[in-house]
Amino acid sequence: MSGAVIEAAACAGGVGQGIPQLEANEKLTGSAQYIADMARPGMLHGAILQSHLPHARIRGYELSQALALPGVRAIVTGDDLPDGHRMGAFIKDEPAFAKGKVRYVGEIVAAVAADTEAIARQATRLIRVDYEELPAVLDPAESLAPGAAVIHEEASSYVKVFDAGTEGNLCSRTSFRAGDADKAWAECDLVVEGSYQTQAQAHLSLEPCGALAEIDATGRVTLWSANQSVFRVQASVCESLGLPMTRLRCLTPRIGAGFGNKMEAHVQPAVVLLAMKARKPVKLILSREEDFESVRARHPATIRMKTGVKRDGTIVARETELLLDGGAYGDDSPGVLGYALLMNCGPYRIPNVHAHGRVAYTNKLRFGAFRGFGVPQVTFASETQLDEIAHQLGMDPIALRRRNMLAGSDPWFGGQPILSNGLAQCVDIVEKASGWPQPSAQGASDRQRGLGVALTAHISGLLASGAIVRVLEDGTVLLNTGAVDIGQGSNTVLTQMCAEALKLPVDRVAIASPDTDGSPYNWGTTASRVTYVAGRSVVGAAAEVEGKLKQHASEMLECSVEDLELLAGGRVAIKGVAQRSVSFAEISGRAHWAAGGPIIGTHSWVFDQKTVDPKRAVVEGLPFPQIGIYSFNALVVEVEVDELTGKVRIVNAWSACDIGRAINPTMATGQIEGAFVQGMGYALTEEMVWDGARLANPSLMDYKIPTFAELPDSIHAYLVESNEPSGPFGAKSVGEIGINGVAAAIANGIAQATGVRLHQLPLSAERVLNGLLAKDDGEGAA
Amino acid sequence: MSHPSPVSLQGVVTLHVNGEGAQVGAALHDTLLTVLRDRLQLTAAKRGCNQGVCGACTVSVDGMPMRACLSLAHNCESVEVRTLEGLLDCPHLQALQAAFASSGAFQCGFCTPGMLVSARSLLQRDPDPDERAIRSALSGNLCRCTGYVKIVQAVQAAARSLLPEGAAS
Repeated sequence: MSGAVIEAAACAGGVGQGIPQLEANEKLTGSAQYIADMARPGMLHGAILQSHLPHARIRGYELSQALALPGVRAIVTGDDLPDGHRMGAFIKDEPAFAKGKVRYVGEIVAAVAADTEAIARQATRLIRVDYEELPAVLDPAESLAPGAAVIHEEASSYVKVFDAGTEGNLCSRTSFRAGDADKAWAECDLVVEGSYQTQAQAHLSLEPCGALAEIDATGRVTLWSANQSVFRVQASVCESLGLPMTRLRCLTPRIGAGFGNKMEAHVQPAVVLLAMKARKPVKLILSREEDFESVRARHPATIRMKTGVKRDGTIVARETELLLDGGAYGDDSPGVLGYALLMNCGPYRIPNVHAHGRVAYTNKLRFGAFRGFGVPQVTFASETQLDEIAHQLGMDPIALRRRNMLAGSDPWFGGQPILSNGLAQCVDIVEKASGWPQPSAQGASDRQRGLGVALTAHISGLLASGAIVRVLEDGTVLLNTGAVDIGQGSNTVLTQMCAEALKLPVDRVAIASPDTDGSPYNWGTTASRVTYVAGRSVVGAAAEVEGKLKQHASEMLECSVEDLELLAGGRVAIKGVAQRSVSFAEISGRAHWAAGGPIIGTHSWVFDQKTVDPKRAVVEGLPFPQIGIYSFNALVVEVEVDELTGKVRIVNAWSACDIGRAINPTMATGQIEGAFVQGMGYALTEEMVWDGARLANPSLMDYKIPTFAELPDSIHAYLVESNEPSGPFGAKSVGEIGINGVAAAIANGIAQATGVRLHQLPLSAERVLNGLLAKDDGEGAA
Repeated sequence: MSHPSPVSLQGVVTLHVNGEGAQVGAALHDTLLTVLRDRLQLTAAKRGCNQGVCGACTVSVDGMPMRACLSLAHNCESVEVRTLEGLLDCPHLQALQAAFASSGAFQCGFCTPGMLVSARSLLQRDPDPDERAIRSALSGNLCRCTGYVKIVQAVQAAARSLLPEGAAS
């Protein structure tokens, strides 16, 4: 790491300052352009036809009526897709859209481009598809049972990027072993085992998915879309359509939020194909219902977890078995499984662990990346089970956690070193602020209050990123990272880092919009990685620029490079002699017109720290061999349970996150608050429900996300800065961690308030009330 | 399938949008949102659900916040419509913009135009709203990014900034 040590902020808007998002002006005046707001000359409008069957062979298409409708310009079906070309982050199992078979209700079967959206939608209703219906598999356990209908006949021949173990309807499997869990149970004084169920959650970014593609006279296509990575879009479209990547340029408009739903492809391949066939620009925006039914969602999970402890609370052993419903295509499922298992211990020392799991294909929509990436599910099991153990041992739940939590030089499960760990400070903060162990006030009669706790962690680093920093002729700076700002503010944070590194005010640094033609590769805005991974690229590229500026300055000032320093505001000076200085503008002018050429700094790297130390753990089917750098979170919630209705209200929440360093504290606390409320929805009300094979609630009327009305009285977000040595300015991640423990903490709060212990999400009023009634029955019988 | 041809129901609607009269081609079933976004290119109001739930399409109709996706364009001929683009000179809105920026009360920004229109209407009706009034007035505007905390703070800050010195409750 170079350039990470910077003196106290000398630059307006630099690191540590909660400046407004760079896009504030356009977002607050309504001029920000999202995909649906874009238009191109001569643009056509697209619409999709979705499958009404969960599993069927496609015998053929009858398009004549649709093509005869005035205003229809092009129709694409599976017949237009090249044979053998499939996309997928881990397993290449997915065509651009349905080809040969449909595998879930809602899958895209055909797409139409027409003069208006209304005509395109009408044309989709005139397309006739000849289906041969096949038996559907809707449950992951049934999917893996002998005799189940096979969803991917060619699964064994698909290209896979890791040892997935794909077989029949088994999409992938992963297992970790550390120590010897089988033997260790005998050493335990108490063993608690439970089975836990979590539901499908919809991302519900307020902007529905969409794309706009335009073809030029050479046949090259430019594609704008709702996305989390222009590079993943480019890869997915080109893989599924059999195009060389040089044929497709991907750009990004503003993004109306992505929580994982926009990381992999949605409608982009179909829209590119429509534009190529129509030879005109085509824009297609999904309706809210289509977005619900066809994009992706959080995995429903069945978790069996068993934990053994000593009488003093020391955790000795754990076994975790995870079954994920992967839906019809692999998408990010293998990654979610592997990551959930890597996180199954939580931030605790557990010497003997066997964690294993499977992803099953089913005839439902894809389940994929969603903020937390499997951790909210596994944490619901692990953090509620710890409370059950504390209860049975008669220990305080926080005391039990303190006894076991990672500290000092303890590595992560699997052996990866941890260089910064502020978890203990996080726990201290929320314990004190919440008035632990009892709520500070009680509710009205018939309303019981309780506190619940959960501790979690999340990674900050994986895969590749680059940055280019250019000094323009006038000495201002252009930063280009290829990282898509999905609304969370990464453009601002990366700009603040670049400005800080070069001691410039933020308004002297511009950030380029991601463009696969001109930006360096960035894997994506996902996995809480942009601040850390792209940030390191920015710091590295800025350091290279600093070196070149100083080289010029040394020649201009006739001194050695070692004697030079950057001054705030864009000057290079002889150390301690501020009047002997040259401006960035003077240097850049010299570089452009006389010596050396334009100043460009670049940095690229890939996260290469091994996930697992083979001396500490044995792993099979690991989808990401290099992933790490842990942020930590301690969360306490105060819940109030209405004993007459079972309804749960969150009264207060205290969430402390060790994020290494807050580059922009306002945005960092915004991530924690937003993640908490999204987690509240997951815990209490949000659930995608299927009626047979059909999603029964694909609308905001029937799928209930939190509103202002459910907002707790207070959400306190605390930032702990442990200064990660490898991080840019000490930073780690903050994007996802705040959601991981929410459902578990709320479940623990309900248990403290009422004695009702629920193992199934969401913690709906009905489930809580049934728990209360069952408890009353139990007490009556006793 | 007896869906009528979308071309056969074309008509012309006369609207008053952002202080100007506009004659626009609109089918009888076209919503105000469709006309604003697709015919008048006023794209601040967003189509988040098209079912009247998310509030991202909120516009001001005779001063009151209204869902443009639930209003038929042909029913809006006698009202004064203002989208966010037409409110930029309003001091209440400007105070809200400043407070939203400094408080971090938006992230992706997709809900923000609707949120601002609703919040401006609140401040015009009630210059000194308490937290409960703010939550109630905005409860029809969904946000999936911020967790709402900073939006409440921003509306409070905007209200304070508009009150005469020393008048804050």
